[in-house]
Amino acid sequence: MSSAHAKKAGDPLVHGLMAEFHTPTELVEAAEQATKAGYVQYDCYTPFPIEELEEAMPHRRSWLPFLVLMGGLIGGLSGFGLAYVTSTITYPLNVGGKPLNSWPAFIPITFECTVLLAALTAVIGMLALNGFPMPYHPVFNEKRFAMASRDRFFLCIESTDPQFDLDETWSFLSRLQPSHLSQVER
Amino acid sequence: MAVEDRLQKPSHRLDGLGPVIAPGQSFGSVTDKIASIVQTPTTHWGWIVGFGIGFTLVQLLGISVTYLFLKGTYIWGLNIPVGWGLDILNFVWWIGIGHAGTLISAILLLFRQSWRTSINRFAEAMTLFAVACAGMYPVIHTGRPWLAYWLLPYPNTMGMWPNFRSPLIWDVFAVSTYATVSLLFWFVGLIPDLATLRDRSENSVGRTIYGLLAMGWRGSAQHWQRYETAYLLLAALSTPLVLSVHTIVSFDFAVGQVPGWHATVFPPYFVAGAIFAGFAMVMIIAIPLRKFYGLQDFITMRHFDYMGRITLATGLVVGYGYMVETFMAFYSGNKYEIAVMMHRFSGPYAPLYWMLIFCNIVSIQLLWFQRIRSSVGWLFLISIIVSIGMWLERFIIIPVSLSRDFLPSSWGMYYPTFWDWSTFIGTLGLFTMLLFLFIRLLPMISIFEVRTLLPESKVNGGDQS
Repeated sequence: MSSAHAKKAGDPLVHGLMAEFHTPTELVEAAEQATKAGYVQYDCYTPFPIEELEEAMPHRRSWLPFLVLMGGLIGGLSGFGLAYVTSTITYPLNVGGKPLNSWPAFIPITFECTVLLAALTAVIGMLALNGFPMPYHPVFNEKRFAMASRDRFFLCIESTDPQFDLDETWSFLSRLQPSHLSQVER
Repeated sequence: MAVEDRLQKPSHRLDGLGPVIAPGQSFGSVTDKIASIVQTPTTHWGWIVGFGIGFTLVQLLGISVTYLFLKGTYIWGLNIPVGWGLDILNFVWWIGIGHAGTLISAILLLFRQSWRTSINRFAEAMTLFAVACAGMYPVIHTGRPWLAYWLLPYPNTMGMWPNFRSPLIWDVFAVSTYATVSLLFWFVGLIPDLATLRDRSENSVGRTIYGLLAMGWRGSAQHWQRYETAYLLLAALSTPLVLSVHTIVSFDFAVGQVPGWHATVFPPYFVAGAIFAGFAMVMIIAIPLRKFYGLQDFITMRHFDYMGRITLATGLVVGYGYMVETFMAFYSGNKYEIAVMMHRFSGPYAPLYWMLIFCNIVSIQLLWFQRIRSSVGWLFLISIIVSIGMWLERFIIIPVSLSRDFLPSSWGMYYPTFWDWSTFIGTLGLFTMLLFLFIRLLPMISIFEVRTLLPESKVNGGDQS
């Protein structure tokens, strides 16, 4: 703990201060306190999704559903376009005297392409918006962080926060009574 | 609130089935229990035997396919009029089995059936491996598999394009989309658990491989939010997709005019049959796994009871499909349709038809009884009978219908040859081998989702403030 005070506030080598909790309830309360205290640049790390955190933390709207809608629309239009253009213009084929633009027969292709592109957008979009693949992130410098994928709940206030001050933020976090508190190197 | 609370806590229900997850587990204990199956230096001899059987049968598949490529499709029992035999039958059977995995992972997620959580991971894996086995068949069935890319639309010097009015090209799109989306769904579900394996790894090989696959997942709240959105959207997309896949597979037959194929009941009846066969396969896999790896706390009797009920319900829909098929044949007054029906009842293939009725309609009536649904032995037996029944159903629909065309002069019989069977048994081996590899290398139960089933995962004990 004493090492936390070895570096000055605003040190570029400090990623942030990390508090560890044992239960989701404690973490959500801590996040509510952090928001109330005016912190914006902080993140919570949990071993499973916790809905209540969305309300407790500064909220940002996700672009993902919009991107998926666009992916689906583009997929559907290109699927239908492919069937339409090839069946009527580039390779008109008379099948049993049916009209060349026999659109009901193109619906399965349209549907499958809609789903395919929407699903690819959902996955690639989620990964890209989350910044994955990310080979390095400072939080992993904290040895105890390995438990974030097991049974511990972490809150990390980052040094980029305008209100961040090594000493003040440290005492703020210790008032939340975490089971462990540490400084994360960058 | 009170009602919702009761629904969310299955242990409060009065049906005497017990909870979805046995009490006494914690975040750490579920993580250790599931991850330690993968992260252990010792490999159980049972695993080696199971994998060995699968691996040996894959060699049989390799031999069968090599011989097929050398000689052509005549080594199978195919002839004119029966041009679609065990190859297409097995394609439909395998792809149907995959459907239960998607139903469990996507549709039950949308319906907020939390019990799906302990079985969805390996059910999705089962889907992927079943689709892999299925996808192989149409390709080798073409006879010249090195030209299979002709199925895809691509600009070529011949100036030709696929016929988009054909159900066969719809099938190409449906099955490839289904395989891709199933893989994505499965992989997305795995990411947080891969991070768990990475963080638990004690050696650098595990850390590197699981770390690369986890892509730097760190459980950030904002990431979880996007993750949940993506997962829910994938479920919403997979739900109509899975229904469309077997619908389109049924179009392969229903759009044709062969008596016995040309029926409007095919799409719903094929989808129900797919889920029916798939749940049977989930139970065939789950029952030994649970026993072997001691997963009784995670896959509880409640799961088996529910799976038994779904098997019964979908089986009854399939039975209804048989009734409608028969009724419509006679009601239509079409003599060809009637002849095909009579051929099924009393022709040379009649024993198979009556076996099918026994397997798919008679045997499942036992599932009405809770005593049967709470006995894994009975469920295992019924699941095997159902799998055989669904295989016979496709036999009755595909080659048996083809064997009686419109003209008596073009009637014929179809007998599967050694190579038909060896290819089928080979794909069973491929499926087994992949499943064993999956069990050894990846967590077969979703760890992070099981954590959310524990009472301690609820903020403020689950009370909404």
